[in-house]
Amino acid sequence: MMGVLDALRRAIERLRSFFRKAPMDRDLDAEMAAHLVLAVEENLRRGLSPEEASRQALVRFGGVAQSQERHREARGLPALDLLLQDLRYTFRTLRRDRGFASVAVLILALGIGANIAVFSVVNTILLRPLPFRDPRQLVWMASDRGVGGLSAVTYTVAAYEEFLRHNRSFQNVTSYDPYFGDTDYKLTGRGEPQQVAGVAVAGDFLPTLGVQPALGRLFTPEECRKGGRPAVLLGHFFWQRQFSADPAIVGQAILLNDSPVTVVGVLPASFDFGSVFAPGLKTDIFVPGIMDVLRNEGNSLALLGRLKPGVTVAQAQAEVDVLMPQIRAAHKDWYDDYATAITELQDHVSGKLRRSLVVLWCAVGLILLIVCVNLSNLLLARAAARSKEFALRSALGAGRMRIARQLLTESLALASVGAMLGLGIAFAITWYLARQGSIALPLLSTVQVDGAALGWTLLIALAAAILFSLAPSLKVSGGNLQDALKDAGHGMSAGRKHESMRAMLVVSEVALACVLLVGAGLLLRSFLRVLDVDLGFQPSKAAAIKIDYNDGGNRERRGAILQEILRRVSAIPGIQAAGIVDMLPLDRNRSGGLQAKGRIYRKGEDPGAAFEYVVTPGYLRAMGMQIREGRDFSWQDTPASQPVVIVNQAAARSHWPGQDPLGRIALVNGMDTRVVGVISDVRESSVEEGSGLEMYLPGTQADPEGAELVVRSALPPEALASGVLRTLRAYNPEQPAAEFRPIQSIVDHAVSPRRFFVILVGIFAGLGLLLASLGIYGVISYSVTRQAQEIGIRMALGASTERVQLGVIARTMRLALAGLAAGTITSVIAARWIAALLFKTEPTDPAAFAATVLLLCAVAVIAGYIPARRAARIDPMVALRGD
Amino acid sequence: MPEKKLDLLQGTLDLMVLQTLAAMGSLHGFGIARRIEEASGDAVLLNQGTIYASLVRLQQRGWISAEWGTSDNNRKAKFYAITKRGRKKLTEDAAYWERLSGVMGRVLAMQGDGGNR
Repeated sequence: MMGVLDALRRAIERLRSFFRKAPMDRDLDAEMAAHLVLAVEENLRRGLSPEEASRQALVRFGGVAQSQERHREARGLPALDLLLQDLRYTFRTLRRDRGFASVAVLILALGIGANIAVFSVVNTILLRPLPFRDPRQLVWMASDRGVGGLSAVTYTVAAYEEFLRHNRSFQNVTSYDPYFGDTDYKLTGRGEPQQVAGVAVAGDFLPTLGVQPALGRLFTPEECRKGGRPAVLLGHFFWQRQFSADPAIVGQAILLNDSPVTVVGVLPASFDFGSVFAPGLKTDIFVPGIMDVLRNEGNSLALLGRLKPGVTVAQAQAEVDVLMPQIRAAHKDWYDDYATAITELQDHVSGKLRRSLVVLWCAVGLILLIVCVNLSNLLLARAAARSKEFALRSALGAGRMRIARQLLTESLALASVGAMLGLGIAFAITWYLARQGSIALPLLSTVQVDGAALGWTLLIALAAAILFSLAPSLKVSGGNLQDALKDAGHGMSAGRKHESMRAMLVVSEVALACVLLVGAGLLLRSFLRVLDVDLGFQPSKAAAIKIDYNDGGNRERRGAILQEILRRVSAIPGIQAAGIVDMLPLDRNRSGGLQAKGRIYRKGEDPGAAFEYVVTPGYLRAMGMQIREGRDFSWQDTPASQPVVIVNQAAARSHWPGQDPLGRIALVNGMDTRVVGVISDVRESSVEEGSGLEMYLPGTQADPEGAELVVRSALPPEALASGVLRTLRAYNPEQPAAEFRPIQSIVDHAVSPRRFFVILVGIFAGLGLLLASLGIYGVISYSVTRQAQEIGIRMALGASTERVQLGVIARTMRLALAGLAAGTITSVIAARWIAALLFKTEPTDPAAFAATVLLLCAVAVIAGYIPARRAARIDPMVALRGD
Repeated sequence: MPEKKLDLLQGTLDLMVLQTLAAMGSLHGFGIARRIEEASGDAVLLNQGTIYASLVRLQQRGWISAEWGTSDNNRKAKFYAITKRGRKKLTEDAAYWERLSGVMGRVLAMQGDGGNR
């Protein structure tokens, strides 16, 4: 106990002394002066001469400065004193060398900033738990083992209820209707009518996730029953935008699809449904999913479960594997066996992105490495220029450790300033990314520089500082004072060893940049290949707008309405083709049954459901889809006439292998239907995966799920919007204000994650290239400066300027080629690792490698040419006379 | 050539200072240094300046107190005196040193046959 108190007391005293340095020093000075006076007096008394008296007093006292120093060490905080001294010295030297300091800080800020930004993205999407209560318990359930379109991976209400009743692994299983957009809601009575995106969620969906309303309450069981009081929950951003964040809206009724619905609550800003479950799409409102309404709609529920505590995903999967066949056996009328794959919700959300994100993380890590190598190089050059200074300090008694520590302090100071600037850069990048709603990456809207990112910043800044001060410190502390003093004396070819260290750093820098460039090249090639994919439709010049009409469920009337809308829209000048569809490719999809009538399918032959699209005549032409055989629908295909279908080539090949399907009878959702046309395959669910089986049904014979008017025109969509909207309004005053979506934007949305990664990796590769070229330039330029005398002598002895230039460039190329050799080998390995991310591109793609080599060589030549020119212009007289 | 002076072991100077102050009462730095030199028969290698690090250390621990005053021959000097806690510490440390030197003496006085039995 005494010990602790004593230590504490001592610590406080030391701290006090640290801050009262000046008065304490004055006190000590006075005391020592008194000491000497007393000592001299005593010596005089002993009969010494005055000179001898004071000499002996001083000898007996020992060094005054040393005594002072010991006194300070004994009373204060010597480590902190030293640090402050180092820091003061650091800022003094850096201020003197502003050019170096600003270049170093800028490079560091770029490297650290990029790292923080990418870490924030990776952390948000991959590392951080989902923003729900106990997110590790949440799992995603996908029927058909998660393979196929929405209809394949979803469940009927009956299957959902049966599973809920029998399972033992789950605390609860909840659901939502993933076909949202289907019933796109129309908000009226508040300014212009407008379309809002809404999703129907089971009553226990939000409670199961652990989402609490920001205002009001969630749905009551009564509101989730058929015929219950209509209720709606508002998403936070929609509430802010549409209702100016007015809390009084809770309890009021709004008009949705022309009927009053009570707003019962507002969800918190932290809950962004779209960013988790439908990246890149917005969700404005939430309505109760009423099971008795959805009951007759086939597979229409996406299931989400919360496991009981202690139950693993594997255990739940094992139970489902047993349970589902049992349930299926008890329900012979079900048309699906619901073989279910269970994954952690986190995996479902970000699993596919893991590799891309890790690659991104590695790429940005490489950038930091290059930055460190670059700075190492700069510091080495500086250490060489400062060798005199270090030798002087050394001669004055500074130990090697002390000088190495001084270097580390300088590095830390640079890294800290760089990290602060980098944080600013990262804030800007994440701010920008969080507002890119069109990038289909989950949770992107919640990306921010948070506490974890700050911790990461600290870590990488420290690591970087230690890393890039390593080489110069070794050099300085390992070097020999004599050598340093000699080196400073401008010996002819002194410092070879020193230069080889810098050359090695440049070689590794080039190698790292090479890896980055090859990676970026491969990803870019893949991206171009993706853009080149034949989508089966022509996105350019086509645009779609959601339309609204009321046919009362009557196909006859619908036909008349659609025909009239199309007649009026087609009459607008500039419109080349127009058609209506319920679901656009790459946007939404649903599936229906398709078989060749009369064909006996052997086991494994029936491909199952096909993607189903309900269209009008002219739609295929408006989209630029190609009719291979047969005809488009016409208005003569009526509810009364023979049911007809158009299939794509994949469906034709699958159901009528080796035959011409035209004119044959297909079973479409169980009905005899004649195949009247075959179109080229359309990429309906993903640009990168092949097309599934597709069928197109006329809107007069099948019931659509919503309506998108597609027009093809050379005019930009904005120019058409008002005319088309006026036409639609004239026909239906209730038509909500909707915007034209260029079809290209749907394609862009589908490829946005890949674009995102390519752009980022490309930027990093560019940065790497820039840094590598700076590194090359720095080393060559320095060696030219240092060898000016040597070059001068050679020129005086008759070497031509060309020869001198060539010599310098050859030296540059040697460095670059060594780096390229190492980099190419590393790249081959790295490329194999990212093979899974490539699209129709071999990891050994010669173009990517060749382009990298050429680019790096070109940059090296430029980086070497500038100092080479300088070398050639050396005036022998001046150089020889030089200092 | 005279015998080499003794290097001071870490911490021994502190003890000497305490003992000097306990024995002689209030003293200034020079006085303490001189008393120690005299007491040791000038056998201790002491740069007098080093005494001040020891003094500030002891003062921070609260074992001695300090005050500016005037010396016999009318010189301003800082005078140190041992405190109550300092005396306690001195008693403890002195006992420890006696034990240690006793043990060292016995160990160093050990006689043997060099391992041959």
